[in-house]
Amino acid sequence: MSPPTNSDMPETLTIRNAIDVTGNKQQRVNLTTGNGLISRLEIVSDSTADSPGDTSVADDTLTIDGSGLYLCPGFIDSYARLRDPGFEKKGTIASEVRAAACNGITTVLCSPDTDPVIDESATVELINRKARDSGGARVLPIAALTRSLEGELLSELATLKAAGCIAASNADHALVDLQVIRRCMEYARTFDIVLIFHPADRWLTANGVAHEGATAARIGLPMIPVAAETVALAMLIELAWQTGARVHFSRITSRRGVDMIRQARAGGLRITADTSINHLVYDDTMLSSFDSQFRSVAPFRDSDDRRALREGIVDGTIDSICTDHAPHERDAKLAPFPSAEPGISGFDTLLGLLLKLVSEADIPMTTLIKALTANPARVFDLKQGHLQEGAPADLILFDTEASHTVETMKFLSAGQNSPLNGQELKGRIVHTIINGCLA
Amino acid sequence: MSSDPLQYNAEGKLRHFLSLDTLQRDTLINILDTAENFTSVNDKAIKKAPLLRGKTVANIFFENSTRTRTTFELAAKRLSADVLNVNLVTSSTTKGESLLDTLRNLEAMQCDMFIVRHGDSGAAHFIASHVADHISVINGGDGQHSHPTQGMLDMFTIRRCKGSFDNLVVVIIGDILHSRVARSDIAALRILGTREIRVAAPRTLLPADVESLGVSVFHRVEDALDGADVVIGLRLQNERMQGATIPSSDEFYYTYGLTPERLRIAKPDAIVMHPGPTNRGVEIEAGVADGQQSVILHQVTYGIAVRMAVMAITMSNTTDATNRQTESGDAAATVGNQTGNP
Repeated sequence: MSPPTNSDMPETLTIRNAIDVTGNKQQRVNLTTGNGLISRLEIVSDSTADSPGDTSVADDTLTIDGSGLYLCPGFIDSYARLRDPGFEKKGTIASEVRAAACNGITTVLCSPDTDPVIDESATVELINRKARDSGGARVLPIAALTRSLEGELLSELATLKAAGCIAASNADHALVDLQVIRRCMEYARTFDIVLIFHPADRWLTANGVAHEGATAARIGLPMIPVAAETVALAMLIELAWQTGARVHFSRITSRRGVDMIRQARAGGLRITADTSINHLVYDDTMLSSFDSQFRSVAPFRDSDDRRALREGIVDGTIDSICTDHAPHERDAKLAPFPSAEPGISGFDTLLGLLLKLVSEADIPMTTLIKALTANPARVFDLKQGHLQEGAPADLILFDTEASHTVETMKFLSAGQNSPLNGQELKGRIVHTIINGCLA
Repeated sequence: MSSDPLQYNAEGKLRHFLSLDTLQRDTLINILDTAENFTSVNDKAIKKAPLLRGKTVANIFFENSTRTRTTFELAAKRLSADVLNVNLVTSSTTKGESLLDTLRNLEAMQCDMFIVRHGDSGAAHFIASHVADHISVINGGDGQHSHPTQGMLDMFTIRRCKGSFDNLVVVIIGDILHSRVARSDIAALRILGTREIRVAAPRTLLPADVESLGVSVFHRVEDALDGADVVIGLRLQNERMQGATIPSSDEFYYTYGLTPERLRIAKPDAIVMHPGPTNRGVEIEAGVADGQQSVILHQVTYGIAVRMAVMAITMSNTTDATNRQTESGDAAATVGNQTGNP
């Protein structure tokens, strides 16, 4: 699973004078890595800030001047589609893990809806080998919760966990048989496996493609009511009570959904949740011009729902932010809105949208960084995601001021499907370090 | 909402006709006035105006339609255009890839205007944003979104019968949720300043937030009809029973059907409209559909003039529009004078 240590790379690496954005107070730090870990982390006092000429470093140490750059652990993306195996015309593991790494994402939880689906350890091994050979972000496959994602038979979850799966999920395929869901939860609990559910009732979703609200009412798009999410949530929360399973809700979209999760947690239930970066930025008014780039499996709801998601990030009800990365070939979006394939290519614009949330939604940068590092690490028991001595040296250095015009043609992801083409975004990943090596 | 860069060109003139809700009032009035002039063409022995002479209009229908397609065809022919009917209902052309391929092929055949009907909401927008600059796209109905020429012929019918809109109470009865005609009518009525737009339907046939469209909602059709000047019935599709939106056509008729008794609740001079084809005994009684207050067949007739107007106006605003208008007759001069938007 770990990327190879490039033999050309020095064994230690030093970052000097970067701004640590993980704590409540931003401060300048020097950081040194060794053996893939953070070996030393020290706060730079004002008196030493401008004199980085420390001569004690060894010859094989690469030193990076971090002046003016922000430092934090590499992002952990709790839900992304890599499309490989099976849908290589949309993206390959090679293309997507390189894109992830260059955009600051050092760990990717990849969805099991590949072809074949991730329901056998051979598929896990295939993905792990491809990821290793690609040398980008580390890939943590999510196991298919049921065989072929069909919602009837349990996958070999213990075997899949041993092969390296980090969690299990039925991806975007709704589970409808409550007995099957209950058994999934009980079985997963036996082996302490986190289950990821995207709550969406199949019947209430039906052929809907847009949030049931004023925009869809006006332009006549088939609608998905909020109840599609909350009915499924209520059902899953009750079964989580019943079984004691570790349940992570992925891509929450609505205010009522956030409220239900907040309430269940207040009652002591061990559940966690994420939403996507897209849901924090967009609302349903974006659909007015029928731009198929805004078609998403989890619909963008109204501005009040979006506000609730932002509040959920700030108060911790929503633990993490995923990209919901869904690369597509060009033709997949060349269709009228309801017939276009859903999903947005999210890797290449993650940082830009995070900084947009800092400036436009007034969410503290530290909070957003946590939702992409320490929080998903806690949810999925990862050692990554922390800026402290002894933690894995998965790190990023970024610039928050550099402004650029998004050109989807230049995306590193094979998926150029983004509604942001031509828009101005701020921020640039300057360095990504994975396992102590520059990516 | 005030600017719509897809439907209006850089000079603010209408070049595609896709949906009504983002159009300006002057544009709608211009269409109605132009259509008024074309009705005289239609009344002549030789029903031809040369505005689209040498142009090729392609009727591209991905959904079945007899009335809309034939009135578009008549409208195009009365403007002296060549008409190509492309029926794609039976083919498997629903994927975007082949949809675009189809369009490219028609472009290569030097078509100048596409009339498109498609089952996906937004299909006409999609096509308009991908066609060559010299082509005008007219929406002949897309999914549940819009049927703007039907909306305009309804407005034309109302204006002919009632004069102006500002004192009118208009009631739309039936399946608002799935109806592109209802959305187009509501948008046009709102833009034209109608005093009150009412919808009457069970909750299962109304979209969420329907009030945000600027209508008042009634669940009892009798209440909705009280004081109405215009009553518009909508076709109830049979497949609605499968979706559990209503129990049966009999129950719909019992609760919302437009009967002579209910029509008496409306103003005595109220007109009855329907986009057709009617389901007699489901949403409307035969005696009402054929009665004195019915203007359903007038709608069909006016549909030709309105579609001629829309075609003539958009065609004169495409990038290669020449001074063709100046060489033609009286109706042409009218179009030439009125195509400008402020």
